[in-house]
Amino acid sequence: MSQNDKKGFTDSKMFIRAIKDSFIKLSPKTQSKNPVMLLVYISAIMTTLLWIVSLFGIKDVDSGYTLAIAVILWFTVLFANFAEAIAEGRGKAQADALRASKKDVQARKLSSENERENVTLVSSATLKKGDIVIVSAGEMIPSDGEIIVGAASVDESAITGESAPVIREAGGDKSAVTGGTTVLSDEIIVSVTNNPGESFLDKMISMVEGAARKKTPNEIALQIFLIALSIIFILVTLSLYTYSAFSAQQKGIENPTSVTTLVALLVCLAPTTIGALLSAIGIAGMSRLNKSNVLAMSGRAIEAAGDVDILMLDKTGTITLGNRSATEFIPVSGVDVKELARTAQLSSLADETPEGRSVVILAKEKFDIREVTLTDKNVKFIPFTATTRMSGIDYDGDEIRKGAADSIKKYITENGGEYPAECDSIVKEIASKGGTPLVVAKNKKVQGVIYLKDIIKQGVKEKFADLRKMGIKTIMITGDNPLTAAAIAAEAGVDDFLAEATPEGKLAMIRDYQSKGHLVAMTGDGTNDAPALAQADVAVAMNSGTQAAKEAGNMVDLDSSPTKLIDIVRIGKQLLMTRGSLTTFSIANDVAKYFAIIPALFTGLYPGLSALNIMGLQSPQSAVLSAIIYNALIIIALIPLALKGVKYREITAGKLLSRNLLIYGVGGLIAPFIFIKLIDMLLVVMGVC
Amino acid sequence: MEAVLEYALYLAILVILAVPLGIYIKKLMKGEHTFLSPLLNPCERAVYKLLRIDSEKEMSVKQYIISLLIFSVFGFVFLFLLQLLQGILPFNPQGLSGVKWDLAFNTTASFITNTNWQAYTGESTLSYLTQSLGLTVQNFLSSATGIAVLFALIRGFTRVKTDTVGNFWTDITRILVHLLIPLNIIISLILVGGGVIQNISPAKALPLLEPIAVSADGEIIENAVIDVEANTVTLNGSKIEGAQIVTEQFVPMGPCASQVAPKQSGTNGGGFMGVNSAHPLENPNPFTNIVEMISILLIPAALCFTFGSAIKNKKQGIAIFMAMFICLGIALSVIAVNEQIGTPQLSQSGNVDISSEMQSGGNMEGKETRFGITASSTWAAFTTAASNGSVNAMHDSLTPISGMVTMLLMQLGEVIFGGVGCGLYGMLAFAILTVFIAGLMVGRTPEFLGKKIEPFEMKWAVIVSLATPVAILIGSGIAVMLPEITDSISNSGAHGFSQVLYAFSSCGGNNGSAFAGFNANTVFLNITLGLIMLFARFIPIIGILKIAGSMANKKRIATTAGTLSTTNAMFVFLLIFIVLLVGALSFFPALALGPIAEFLETMV
Repeated sequence: MSQNDKKGFTDSKMFIRAIKDSFIKLSPKTQSKNPVMLLVYISAIMTTLLWIVSLFGIKDVDSGYTLAIAVILWFTVLFANFAEAIAEGRGKAQADALRASKKDVQARKLSSENERENVTLVSSATLKKGDIVIVSAGEMIPSDGEIIVGAASVDESAITGESAPVIREAGGDKSAVTGGTTVLSDEIIVSVTNNPGESFLDKMISMVEGAARKKTPNEIALQIFLIALSIIFILVTLSLYTYSAFSAQQKGIENPTSVTTLVALLVCLAPTTIGALLSAIGIAGMSRLNKSNVLAMSGRAIEAAGDVDILMLDKTGTITLGNRSATEFIPVSGVDVKELARTAQLSSLADETPEGRSVVILAKEKFDIREVTLTDKNVKFIPFTATTRMSGIDYDGDEIRKGAADSIKKYITENGGEYPAECDSIVKEIASKGGTPLVVAKNKKVQGVIYLKDIIKQGVKEKFADLRKMGIKTIMITGDNPLTAAAIAAEAGVDDFLAEATPEGKLAMIRDYQSKGHLVAMTGDGTNDAPALAQADVAVAMNSGTQAAKEAGNMVDLDSSPTKLIDIVRIGKQLLMTRGSLTTFSIANDVAKYFAIIPALFTGLYPGLSALNIMGLQSPQSAVLSAIIYNALIIIALIPLALKGVKYREITAGKLLSRNLLIYGVGGLIAPFIFIKLIDMLLVVMGVC
Repeated sequence: MEAVLEYALYLAILVILAVPLGIYIKKLMKGEHTFLSPLLNPCERAVYKLLRIDSEKEMSVKQYIISLLIFSVFGFVFLFLLQLLQGILPFNPQGLSGVKWDLAFNTTASFITNTNWQAYTGESTLSYLTQSLGLTVQNFLSSATGIAVLFALIRGFTRVKTDTVGNFWTDITRILVHLLIPLNIIISLILVGGGVIQNISPAKALPLLEPIAVSADGEIIENAVIDVEANTVTLNGSKIEGAQIVTEQFVPMGPCASQVAPKQSGTNGGGFMGVNSAHPLENPNPFTNIVEMISILLIPAALCFTFGSAIKNKKQGIAIFMAMFICLGIALSVIAVNEQIGTPQLSQSGNVDISSEMQSGGNMEGKETRFGITASSTWAAFTTAASNGSVNAMHDSLTPISGMVTMLLMQLGEVIFGGVGCGLYGMLAFAILTVFIAGLMVGRTPEFLGKKIEPFEMKWAVIVSLATPVAILIGSGIAVMLPEITDSISNSGAHGFSQVLYAFSSCGGNNGSAFAGFNANTVFLNITLGLIMLFARFIPIIGILKIAGSMANKKRIATTAGTLSTTNAMFVFLLIFIVLLVGALSFFPALALGPIAEFLETMV
């Protein structure tokens, strides 16, 4: 999903499509899904009818005025449609790209995995769960499935946007393949895991397109609140009409309140701003998640991400860089440290593991020991074996070995050498600091210890501190022993850790936290992670993981990046914050609208009420028009905010609340006073009123 | 300055008494031991035995609602029949006949719902039997019902993953035996000691100190020269034909103190006398006045502390109390200031001395001289803040802005302390609305006291919060369309509209106080106002119990730094803001046509 290229082009295309969609969405069926906007829609129809009958002389107010109100109301509806359409636009563009990759291909179906020769050619669209197909290099995988035989490199760029091929193989945690991806090398036999129309790609298309988007519980709850407010305002305007008639009759004058103005008042008061933007906010949240290459199975999962207060993070890749590196050489028995470094470097020359390379680099950087070229010398590399658990080199008559403390100890004592006690204590100290000690021996004498350390990623400690301020605890999951884990946990600043983690251990830990009322998020990839993923409140499965893991999770991370969890929480919180802030803004706006419309309605009855016209609006008609124009334009003005989300900061709930209240609550009180006045002035200048 | 001290004193006494009472109520709710247990527990057990109540049996929400409704329906039928049949029943020394059906319906609805709207005049309409066996009993039962609903809600917040919210019959029994009956015996005795009447003698005719003359059509003739022996009345030297000389006055009697105590403490408000606590035999002096006035808010304020203590979060109780207290303080200040300065019309000619030097001064119209501005303003604020509705001054005569404040306090849904039990549970529904909006703004789906607010809770919370505005808007909106409404109001223009609005606000808020000057005893008004009272009472009760049931069923979410605090100043401010916003948005147009127009017109 390469969104960033061709941005300008797609933007203008998206814009045109959104405008078109705004009109398509005028159908009553679409409108009835959003009760608040339905109210505006009905009001627009009503004022239009009022204008038509006013042309025949049946009217309580100037027909030009009724027309103006009707037009503005139609624009209000269109603006709301546009907000939703533009939010859907990005998803639609993504869906189109995905659909393109969902081609119908010929699949080579086998009757069983053992009879490779017995191939029938079928259309991929007819493949059912349990069918077995064979896919060779250059062919597209016809359907989602599990590799049962073989291994292959697969190009998954159609799904992930990542061009580097990935290895998929039978057995283990990397056995899942996705329909629509292409096999680059080798041949695999795949067992189909989905029936037609239920594939991952199908799900993905309907998710990004918003077709499968159901209203989340929180959205429904908010909508109930908005409907209740709308009902109250309907009653307010209806009773207002009778109050006004009563007061007019008491004064012996004609009822000054026109139906048109009452309809305008109703639309102004109803929470149209949030009503118009509510679904756009939800779609945009989903879209932001897709943009970071995470696919949520439901909108509910995104909201749950906002609530999460326990993050279970895998150590490797999230907290520490993937591999350990050498950071120090510690000599024993009076060996010169430079000598140790040289020996250590020699021992690692043939060691192509990242740890081995880091020893060579450290020796070079710290002691300026150049890598020696070994081709012309009498050299024998000793590779690492499971029995000796050592590696090394025989070079220039020297026998150099490197390995874990206990294996070197065994090697030395078996050869009659003496293993120094000093070495033992150094080894222990390193382990207690969370490091891994490697002992180096030369000619069966211990020279010293290499200190391999887990390198904590830059900035994670600060990140975790920020999360803690927001009330989110971080838990490190690692296979290390408790001692090492504790040391890394302390250094990274996580709140808790799970050492020697097993799938059962993870599951137990999640249950324990949940029973204390916490909401837990985790990532996982293997089949054995499935129970824990199913238990967690927010479960992100790696796309590289197994089918079982993907089904157990409620989100899939297409990049398979362990740090995604933090982004997901941010997106979830931002979505909820945007919803709350715009609701507050919308309701706060009503105060100013009252001050615009009430004096306009009633100064005829009680001239004293003109004191309430604190904005000094020109005339009753200009006041009503300004209020309702503001009401329409504010929707357009807030679309970018609805799509982008309100600014997110990692601060405490109290501070977040004061901040958002100040901006959207107080701002929502003040802004309409200013803009309604400005619109009124503009109307006067233009000579409309 | 002295006035300020007096206001502060009233509020201070209230708080000092409310805190220990709140803790006491929490203990009785949980059936814990109190200093009165040795005396009262046997009574409680006797009730269970007599009525065959299994006090330990827990009820589901559905059972709780059904029990409550059966209880109320039974009370309704009993009181309705009692009124219709009082003519043939004993304890009726005045020989009053049965009450007309529409008035009986209205009065029954009014007392069942803890509103105590009175479309009748007590001393001339109801027999002693109806007053004590009907109204006084309902004063106890309707208050107990309100508190019971609150208890169920508190259990909803505290319980985790259960299906039950307590036992309605046990709650009612405990509230009556341990709280309402003993408390009201104490208040009644204090009032009797202070001079409030308590007897069962018929009304008396006593000689006037000075005879007065009335014209043939019943108007008092001022400055008339009266010759009692010659039975002649002369005015400015000319004899007035058909004039009558009155030498005796009608003095009502009856079991007054025992009804006044629950009337005040159970936020009922239905006076024994027609003019309520402005009557010298119902509220004779400043001492009884302060006792009655503090009684209005005592239990509603105490329940805030009960709530905090019961949910093991005292700060939460204090936060809710503070929100209510601040609103009350603001309302009281506005009324006090407006009554003190009066209106430009009162001060302009100099005929009315509104200075407060050596006298109570200010706008004394409709007020009793023995209470003055301070005690009358405080009462006006207390009685409309709580859904009490008793008065010691006529609200019709308040200055426009003061009148608006009393109306607004009722229109807010009676949540500024409000009725016993119902005020607090109404406020908690507003708290749910508040956390819903504020909770979203901190990036979490909303929760209150560790329970998630989901569509179900939201649905009932808005119904609870909006029942009052809906009832008032619909009722008054229809009423003003009827031509005959003009016969009920005694003023035209904005003030006339205020009278209608006040009547509907009072019933919609289950308050029961009246803007004097409004004749509510018509068939239309009796029926509509009766229905409004029932709607505004029972719909929220059902809603709150539904919320209680759903909350009890939820698991509790842990509190972290990311949780919105519902105990700090910010939350108190937000809660007040939401309450005022809902009230203001619903009623700004109505108030603009009533008191605001009246006020602005006096300014021109």
